[in-house]
Amino acid sequence: MEPFVTPAAVDTKLRVEHVNIVFDRDGKSTPVLNDISLEVGDGEFVCLLGPSGCGKSTLLSTMAGFLSPTSGEIKIDGEAVRGPDPRRIFVFQERGVFPWLTVEGNIGFGLFKLPRAERERRIAYYVKMVGLEGFERTYPPELSGGMKQRLEVARALAVNPDMLFLDEPFGALDSITRLIMRGELLRIWEAERKTVIFVTHDIDEAVQLADRVVVMSARPATIQQIVNIDIPHPRDISSPRYLELRDGIFKQIGLAHKL
Amino acid sequence: MKQAGFAAGDKVHTYKYLAICGKDYLRYTSALLNRPSLTNIKILDANRPSVLNLFVWLRPVAFIGVLLSVWQIAISRHTVHLLPTPVEVVGGIADLVQHGLLLKYVVASLFRVTWGYVLAVVLAVPLGLAIGWSRRVEMAFNPVIQILRPISPLAWIPIAILWFGVGDLAAVFLIFLGCFLPLLLTAINAVQSIPAVYIDVGRNFGLRRVDLVYRVLYPAVVPQLIVGLRITLGIAWLVVVAAEMIAVNSGLGFLIIDARNAGNRYDLVVAGMVLIGIIGLLLDLGIRSLERVKSFRWSYSED
Ligand SMILES: Nc1ncnc2c1ncn2[C@@H]1O[C@H](COP(=O)(O)OP(=O)(O)O)[C@@H](O)[C@H]1O
Ligand SMILES: [Mg+2]
Repeated sequence: MEPFVTPAAVDTKLRVEHVNIVFDRDGKSTPVLNDISLEVGDGEFVCLLGPSGCGKSTLLSTMAGFLSPTSGEIKIDGEAVRGPDPRRIFVFQERGVFPWLTVEGNIGFGLFKLPRAERERRIAYYVKMVGLEGFERTYPPELSGGMKQRLEVARALAVNPDMLFLDEPFGALDSITRLIMRGELLRIWEAERKTVIFVTHDIDEAVQLADRVVVMSARPATIQQIVNIDIPHPRDISSPRYLELRDGIFKQIGLAHKL
Repeated sequence: MKQAGFAAGDKVHTYKYLAICGKDYLRYTSALLNRPSLTNIKILDANRPSVLNLFVWLRPVAFIGVLLSVWQIAISRHTVHLLPTPVEVVGGIADLVQHGLLLKYVVASLFRVTWGYVLAVVLAVPLGLAIGWSRRVEMAFNPVIQILRPISPLAWIPIAILWFGVGDLAAVFLIFLGCFLPLLLTAINAVQSIPAVYIDVGRNFGLRRVDLVYRVLYPAVVPQLIVGLRITLGIAWLVVVAAEMIAVNSGLGFLIIDARNAGNRYDLVVAGMVLIGIIGLLLDLGIRSLERVKSFRWSYSED
């Protein structure tokens, strides 16, 4: 088991510096992100947690280079982010797989610069890693939601990025599949040690997965608190420490523990 | 291997797709038109027992037989000749074959349709994709398209004759006009309804503009384009008949109008109509086979 790494012990991968985002639409301006500053270490698993509509996806898209901040700056490896980049892949909630390509075709989508043999080797490797053997020639409409989600993760991993952005990747799955997928994501993360930024509105999910949980307020989002989850994997979700951390976040968000 | 949650997730997707379809009349009709083709694909599936296929074919054939018999009996019991009987129509077709006209007229009509249609496809599809890609260009083009759209291609007949005289060129021009706008609109709508996430994924993996068009935009629009191509081919076949009645002196449309003018040969008139119907059906079957290509089929495959 890997020991827990504190962000201080590793290099900074991502630096978000005083980012503000204001959307202008129909003459109405909506501030969505309010002075967000954050540092993420190399190989760290960070969850962005907040209520729906608070601006999590907006922050993640900005980190990935799909949006520019209204003010402030985002730096990765010390360089300002200017646009999307194959070194950092954004994983959309299973909607991002291309329905006109087979499982193989999807996983190989980003490998167009590689020679054929190497491409095929990588495709086979990642098909196996996400457990899609036997479905290589299958088209996504014939796959289940969980399989499509794994396919999208495999396509992202295949280009060997050093960061993954995951926007509520398991939100559309049933609760059993979701639990399985969390386990698989952790297994992959432990094997490949990518820096992962994972957006969720599910407190349990955040505490089960992350090294650190960034708790965001309602819109315009500010960072309320950053919680270190100092429990090694695999995590016992009935241990006192787990419950203590989870309940602490519940309180922070202002939710009573009882319904 | 299907897991729970699969059905629910995909239903949502289907509804979303249909909601997009509903935005536009053309695509809405095509979505409706797609239902029978879906069942066709299913039933004619190679791994079904062939006896079943036989029954599927037998039923419409038997029904057509019944209709023809009723037609034959009803007409032969009347003294007034409202319509030629099926037997007379077959005689008419035999007549055409004897005079070497059948093949000549069919080829003439198909020749015009091919030129008008192919020209329209080659021009309208790339133009439509380009217009759909840019919101500003679309805004500039849209009013013109909307004004031209309700004008029947037949209203252009006098102008077509003025420009091209009586002949093939006028007919080809009319077919081109009839196909161009529907194809243009299909292509525009197809591009605009591409989910933004596909484009984002393409950019994320570092695709340059050309690759983005070729590897994302093009495959994403193909299913909708096929529907448009199919509807438009039907339009082309409608327009050629009308154009041939006025602007040329060969082809199936000409056959119909000429058979009447030159001696009330109604057996030939109906023979022409039957041929138009059969060839139209064959054209549709031909273009429908595109829908069966696996990588094109994704937007129909969630039923
Ligand atoms: N392109 C946009 N234009 C205007 N408003 C937007 C845009 N994108 C998102 N928003 C608004 O920003 C807010 C945050 O959205 P989002 O980041 O998707 O929230 P979350 O992912 O936390 O649920 C929402 O209120 C949404 O309506
Ligand atoms: Mg979101």
